[in-house]
Amino acid sequence: MAERVSLTVNGKRHDMDVEPRRLLVQVLREDLGLTGTHVGCDTSQCGACTVVLDGSAVKSCTVLAVQADGSTVGTIEGLTPADGLHPIQDAFWGAHGLQCGFCTPGMIMTAADLLARNPDPTDGEIRHALNGNYCRCTGYQNIVAAIRTAADEIRTGAGATPAEAESGAGAASAAAAG
Amino acid sequence: MIPAAFEYDRATSVEEALGLLRTHGADAKLIAGGQSLLPLMKLRLARPDRLIDIGRIEALKGIRRLDDGRLAVGSLTTYADLIASPEIKYGLFRDALPTIADVQVRNRGTIGGAIAHADPASDMPALLLALDAELVCRSAHRGQRTIAATEFFEGPFTTVLDPDELLIEIRLPAPSQHHGSAYRMLEQPASGFAIAGVAAVIGQTEAATGDTFDDIRIAVTGVGDHPYRAAAVEAALVGTPVDAPSIAAAVGAVCEGVEVMGDIHADREYRAAMAVVMAQRALEGARARLT
Ligand SMILES: Cc1cc2nc3c(=O)[nH]c(=O)nc-3n(C[C@H](O)[C@H](O)[C@H](O)COP(=O)(O)OP(=O)(O)OC[C@H]3O[C@@H](n4cnc5c(N)ncnc54)[C@H](O)[C@@H]3O)c2cc1C
Ligand code: FES
Ligand code: FES
Repeated sequence: MAERVSLTVNGKRHDMDVEPRRLLVQVLREDLGLTGTHVGCDTSQCGACTVVLDGSAVKSCTVLAVQADGSTVGTIEGLTPADGLHPIQDAFWGAHGLQCGFCTPGMIMTAADLLARNPDPTDGEIRHALNGNYCRCTGYQNIVAAIRTAADEIRTGAGATPAEAESGAGAASAAAAG
Repeated sequence: MIPAAFEYDRATSVEEALGLLRTHGADAKLIAGGQSLLPLMKLRLARPDRLIDIGRIEALKGIRRLDDGRLAVGSLTTYADLIASPEIKYGLFRDALPTIADVQVRNRGTIGGAIAHADPASDMPALLLALDAELVCRSAHRGQRTIAATEFFEGPFTTVLDPDELLIEIRLPAPSQHHGSAYRMLEQPASGFAIAGVAAVIGQTEAATGDTFDDIRIAVTGVGDHPYRAAAVEAALVGTPVDAPSIAAAVGAVCEGVEVMGDIHADREYRAAMAVVMAQRALEGARARLT
């Protein structure tokens, strides 16, 4: 029997009837059309499905939508400002933190969760935080570089305006190349 | 992958959860963080008719200090809560917690779920065995009982909990005067679970003489079909200074009396050898942390 579930996703409230066995990631993708959250492994390993649930990163393929009733959910769509890119997105672009891009939404949501708790992480702390996110393309070096760059950008208050995004991207590529 | 259909109830209090368990018993499964149960249900290795969601029961969350100095950890306390808590001072927790699963799983996985699930290679059971933890459980039909961690685990994914019983809290004794603890494990790189994991606590009670130790507790996970205390190693170390020669002389018995598991990741011989190495390292780590 369907259960009444209320979710506030990226600031917008949705009330819906959901079959208990449906996963949070299904509701996000199939019911709400938020396909930025990816399903990679579907076995709780890869982190492609990472969203921020009540302020903590979780694997949305391993949470029932009914368990999230009454919660707030942040997805990659909510991170992106109306204009331009979020500094983490921008840094992934600039530092070549992606190739196929499949893992990227999960990487970025995990990074957002990390930077919310620890605005100035060491490379070791970044790698530790990414333990539950798999990338099969990049070899991780540029992902770590992107998160480091984004942390610096956010701390020094540089915004995500297109002009700053360009210069930030240039600096990040140079750092990654060196 | 989607779990098979099930009925869903959300309990908002311990009493409500116990009532639902009494009514539905073996047909129902509790769900806490869901980090073990949901993967099994998606693979249809578990197909409960009903889930009783205890994830919102506030009374089961958090850590408090009892009057006698013990810590009471609510069964719904997550790994992330444990890492963040200033009350969790034992060195073995500091060793183990950051290596269990990943950030996302630690944000949802609970201590109660980890031990009720009783995966023979999971880390938390070894920590609780080495600390001589007590598990407070309750059911509608038998009321409340306290089970020693050493009596709790019976076999792979099997504990002494009744089907209608709820794990309420985990009690950790206050450390003895002069003590140190550590956890060392050889991790299976893909899953992160222990091929062999050893938790060691060494300490002195009032009765200890000189610089010898009389409170030695060593627990092993990943090796047998359920976590166990390595009694032979403990006995060999009592009354010694737990220095390199006494550790070397004792750890060979870490698998004594245990049927060692073999699988594609580690055959019996290798696993047993690694258990010895992990026991040695855990004891050295505990010694290095003496307060
Ligand atoms: C990707 C991944 C990696 C992992 N890596 C590790 C690792 O390296 N080491 C390790 O030790 N573990 C690891 N785990 C397992 C993890 O520790 C457990 O999944 C988690 O702690 C279980 O807690 P939970 O709250 O999610 O339990 P649930 O999945 O909700 O429940 C598990 C079982 O316990 C029962 N249960 C739950 N709470 C209670 C209660 N209060 N009373 C009675 N019964 C109860 C449930 O009915 C169910 O049978 C990993 C899991 C994942 C998904
Ligand atoms: S799809 Fe959720 S962890 Fe891989
Ligand atoms: S960019 Fe392809 S999986 Fe990470």
